[in-house]
Amino acid sequence: MTGEPILTISGLNVDYGTGTSGVHALRDIDLTLHRGEVLGLAGESGSGKSTLAYAVTRLLSPPGVITGGDVRYHRPGAEPVDILSLTPDELRAFRWQELSIVFQGAMNSLNPVHTVHSQLTDVLRAHRPGMRKAERTARAEELLNLVGISADRLAAYPHQLSGGMRQRVMIAMALALEPEIVIMDEPTTALDVVMQRQILRKLVELRERLSFSVVFITHDISLLIEFSDRIAIMYGGRIVEQAGAAEIYADPRHPYSDGLLHSFPALHGPRRELTGIPGSPPHLSAMPAGCAFHPRCGKAFEPCSQRVPVLAAPDAGQGREVACWLHH
Amino acid sequence: MKYVLQRLAFYAVTAWAAITINFLIPRLMPGDPVEALMSRYQGQLDTTAIASLKALFGLDENKSLWAQYTDYWAHLLDGDLGLSFTFFPTPVGEVISQALPWTLALVGITTLISFLLGTGIGVYSGWRRGSWLDGLLPVTTFISSVPYFWLGLIAIAVFAVKWPLFPFEGGYDNSLVPAFDWPFISSALYHGVLPGVTIVLSAVAGWILGMRNMMVTVSSEDYVMVAQAKGLSERRVMFAYAARNAVLPNISAFALSLGFIVSGTLLVEMVFNYPGIGFQLLQAVGAKDYPLMQGVFLIITLSVLAANLLADMAYALLDPRTRKEA
Repeated sequence: MTGEPILTISGLNVDYGTGTSGVHALRDIDLTLHRGEVLGLAGESGSGKSTLAYAVTRLLSPPGVITGGDVRYHRPGAEPVDILSLTPDELRAFRWQELSIVFQGAMNSLNPVHTVHSQLTDVLRAHRPGMRKAERTARAEELLNLVGISADRLAAYPHQLSGGMRQRVMIAMALALEPEIVIMDEPTTALDVVMQRQILRKLVELRERLSFSVVFITHDISLLIEFSDRIAIMYGGRIVEQAGAAEIYADPRHPYSDGLLHSFPALHGPRRELTGIPGSPPHLSAMPAGCAFHPRCGKAFEPCSQRVPVLAAPDAGQGREVACWLHH
Repeated sequence: MKYVLQRLAFYAVTAWAAITINFLIPRLMPGDPVEALMSRYQGQLDTTAIASLKALFGLDENKSLWAQYTDYWAHLLDGDLGLSFTFFPTPVGEVISQALPWTLALVGITTLISFLLGTGIGVYSGWRRGSWLDGLLPVTTFISSVPYFWLGLIAIAVFAVKWPLFPFEGGYDNSLVPAFDWPFISSALYHGVLPGVTIVLSAVAGWILGMRNMMVTVSSEDYVMVAQAKGLSERRVMFAYAARNAVLPNISAFALSLGFIVSGTLLVEMVFNYPGIGFQLLQAVGAKDYPLMQGVFLIITLSVLAANLLADMAYALLDPRTRKEA
């Protein structure tokens, strides 16, 4: 299923603020997205999931700054592109064309004073200067049909659409230029469960048809188990475990992954007991020494509060990694 | 369309109420214009003259208030606002129509300039926070906090008295006959520079501040981030996504400020002896010229209402959420 890498993130560090008041939001993130894969990114609020998405697309607004690392996009049959060193013009051309985003605020992602038509076509106008007006409209109609909205809604303003429709418009917009990568930042969080299902089913179907790669960010790990190929779990700005979806579900190695899995009812499969994770996520400015999770961890032992565990393969020969002293 | 009709009906009722109040107020005040006129002529008017004057002002004592009211409306619909005392026997309509173009031109143009200038600066300084434009803000805010008459007097003292670059009073060179020819228009423009610049200076800070604040607020909206992620050009994001939404409160404020063009110029016209409607109102108040005051108030009321209507319409046009469909 997984092909060669399409997006590689290595040693990425992001701070909010600089100097003594700065906090580390992301630390030494290494992550690879493979062609055609759905990579799930899970974690509690404040674990750095969205910051990662914004950093990769260079959308971090001040005071967020990328302090180190490397993000490379691998164009099929061409030199890899170093996203962090693109000039503003190159960056504009890269955005949406190669990598698009569905943001978490379904309600606020559309400009209330422009029609759906204008917001679907302006991206075409910016990236396909040769396209004629009628062609752009035809493409916008096609895109709406793709997500199951009738073409006569093109003239509608965002406030005339339901939340689910707006989110589908955003998905249609993300696919407008047929990008290689789509980052979905909690695309269904604001929607009810029925609508979540519908949109996810649509996404699966569209991905099979258009074969783009997806980074799917959510705090709902049960959604990821079903929907993604691989899952990376984040805690306190670090990736603490990374493995195939089935492996994580069957055999979570990091105590935090285990806790997350027991915090949500699975949508399918046998019943399991819900336990939750005691305590609350640490604040970025007061990160515990050693493993950030150790104050909440039931299995913490002596090295956990001293040294930071690195992400490493627990058993040789497996494509999974975990950052926990239990597995070193 | 239904929305427009609803608004029109609403404004028609408001206009009726305003005109009725305008009719009642002078009649509730002690004394009447004929007495004022009599004292002006130091009692040298005979009783028939007084009776005819009373009839002329619609103050016949044997007429009921209701009859006076219907007469008032009949005159109003004929465009007859009565006779001015100060310029007796010139009709009020004529006095106003002479003064109004001056005010409309001076304050209309300067209001437009300060709106466009202030909004433009606001867009840029709100979009690029921390640029040199931010240094402009305290300066303009300081100038706008200076009372207008003082700003005007300083401008006169510096640019008309110390260095006589500009005339210090009037709307045009008195040796010229008002006409649509170049000497007259250039003279009017020349006389308009000092009052115009001082108006812009004192008004522009409000527009800059309002626009900048809205730009800062709107810039952090999700849809602006989406527009950036879409790889649109910076101009498109700045104008079509940020400024387009941020300008809405400024547009309605602008439409409202159009209504105050007529009334808000009293100080300007006092300081510069400018032959506009505010100056006329000042004279009318000084001379207890009730018909003229009433006429000016009527014009002010109607222009504020018209501006409000314009603001409503502009908002409906620019913000689809305020439109009521079907």
